[in-house]
Amino acid sequence: MLGPLRKRWNLGHLTEADEHLERRLKAASCRLFGRSLHVRHVDSGSCNGCEFEAMALLNPLYDMQRFGLDFVASPRHADLLLVTGGVTRNLEQAVVRTFEATPLPKLLVAVGACALDGGMIGPTYANRGGVDKLFPVTVYVPGCPPSPMDILDGMVTAVERAEEWDSQKRT
Amino acid sequence: MNADKGFRGIRTVESEPYQLPGAVTDILLQGGRFLNAVATDERHRKDVVAFVLRYFFATECGATASSAYTAVSARIPAERPSYASVTSILPAAAWAERESHDLFGLVPVGHPDLRPLVLHEHWPQGVYPLRKDYPLERRQTYVDASWTYPKVDGEGVFEVPVGPIHAGIIEPGHFRFQVMGDSVLHLEPKLFYTHRGLEKRVEGLDVSSGLPFAEQVCGVCSVSHAISYATAAESLSGVTIPIRASYLRVLVAELERLYNHVGDLGNICAGIGYAYGSTAGSALKEQLLRANAALTGHRYLKGSVALGGMAVDVTERQLLELERALSRIEPRVEDLVQAVVTDDVVQNRFRKTGVLSVQNALNLGVVGPAARASGLPLDVRRDQPYLAYDALQFEVPVQAEGDVFARYWQRLLEARQSFSLIRQVLNRLPEGPVKEPIEDYPKESYAVGVTESPRGENFHFLATDEAGRIARYHVRSATYANWPAVAKAVQGNIVPDFPLINKSFELCYACCDR
Repeated sequence: MLGPLRKRWNLGHLTEADEHLERRLKAASCRLFGRSLHVRHVDSGSCNGCEFEAMALLNPLYDMQRFGLDFVASPRHADLLLVTGGVTRNLEQAVVRTFEATPLPKLLVAVGACALDGGMIGPTYANRGGVDKLFPVTVYVPGCPPSPMDILDGMVTAVERAEEWDSQKRT
Repeated sequence: MNADKGFRGIRTVESEPYQLPGAVTDILLQGGRFLNAVATDERHRKDVVAFVLRYFFATECGATASSAYTAVSARIPAERPSYASVTSILPAAAWAERESHDLFGLVPVGHPDLRPLVLHEHWPQGVYPLRKDYPLERRQTYVDASWTYPKVDGEGVFEVPVGPIHAGIIEPGHFRFQVMGDSVLHLEPKLFYTHRGLEKRVEGLDVSSGLPFAEQVCGVCSVSHAISYATAAESLSGVTIPIRASYLRVLVAELERLYNHVGDLGNICAGIGYAYGSTAGSALKEQLLRANAALTGHRYLKGSVALGGMAVDVTERQLLELERALSRIEPRVEDLVQAVVTDDVVQNRFRKTGVLSVQNALNLGVVGPAARASGLPLDVRRDQPYLAYDALQFEVPVQAEGDVFARYWQRLLEARQSFSLIRQVLNRLPEGPVKEPIEDYPKESYAVGVTESPRGENFHFLATDEAGRIARYHVRSATYANWPAVAKAVQGNIVPDFPLINKSFELCYACCDR
């Protein structure tokens, strides 16, 4: 009988914000994408910190799949691009092609200080310094790196704002 | 005249550009181990008026850090920037020479493979961004050129391109396999996609403001990079950090090793789709990250190291909580590994896969767990002791097999040592201040900082200009030294084993690309 309790004690548990997120996401993604949202991660020149935190969303403590969210292997399957890094020169073409390969309507969440404005490194001969220099960004998630919950919250906010963003795109 | 006046405890051997192979051979015969070659642009200095290329070696094992390194230094004249390549006698120098060719335009005569490395094919020829007369933010147009790489010809030989955008949540790199059926005949990695120009970015800044940039080199070895940078800066200024700080630095460095190694014990299982291992490993890693956050306020321990000591101090209560968290996690790590290694499928896939021979490891200058799993007994913590490591008891585990299983098991052996090191620090953490103020830094001088990161030896080079600001900063991460070994280890294996072999080395790309 103590088993589940002990497990919870050992693993820790997420906050109440958790259920709130779930409700928000359900409402928005049901309306727009039909129950689930598929995310493609794109590294545009990050330091691996944001990758580790995005990866952590799949561990049993965050388990983002329970929200109907999942990372997919191809941009062609994605509704949302999760971009980390400040777009290096060597990656620019690859990032542009990934963006173009993603079907509409697509959301773009810029994760981490580098993706926002290049972070500490900023623009150099080899770095653009910010994802929004190339594409419209739906939501910015600051942090170095942002915590997994921040990233999750950013994605949910992007979905809530999807209609607004998409209508802007058409006009 | 000595170009390196005021260098810190580094023996310097001057050489002419075309006598470098001889000078380097001398050091190698004295038992020197190559670390890296660093180019600097010192044409504006009246006493130098040339590029300077320095080959760094670790020479005296077990000696104090002040005499442990030797630099072979050559002035490369600005009007004819060329020198004799040492790559044919020292294969580990191949990338460093290619890099200084890309970024400084120094031509290593006799280099067997002088293709672009850091700047890809679309960068215009004859433009060298790390020279002092190149402005930091000047962008170049894309040149239409193709990338050349070795090809294998023959009936039934195919080419498989992978990346730079991968299927998983990982960093970017391009891999070109030449395959026959499933067997890899040759693997050519194309890296440096995340080259951000970090080294150029810090030039001209105060030494005191460079530390956060060192943490940006890599998000998951940030402590090791920060300690390397701080060691170099402190050795420049001649400041000794307080004893409590040197123990606390050991604490955060070992916590970093722990979350990386425990994460790898899970993540390597993902290379064969073994879900129990990867899930359980990621849960344990998450708990370690939370313990990091409770101790220092950052999940990846960023901002904990300061120049002259530590930026954060810890309370008794925090240490107790850490001890409690670790004693909960340690048996679970053992359980996880026991469950994984007793599985037949794991044994079948891990054993004899991706073998890196001791000879290849030696030739390519491999470092860290990968070197130790292949039989090279290298560990900066023991060989060139820094911080409080010489006052603490630990072993450097070494294995002989060099396959994926050895590298997997190596992580467990080293994680045990880290648990023990952390416990020793917790038991005898000295009282006192954690930071020693640094007044100023000497002008026109340089120093190096070398530490053992979770992935191996990190080497930082820090030089100051005539105003005492940063003139040149160079980072050779463990990953940089180990990448060529991955291509070697993959040869002769099957394509589906590549993710597994790659994960067993666990190299981060940003560390390498900067």
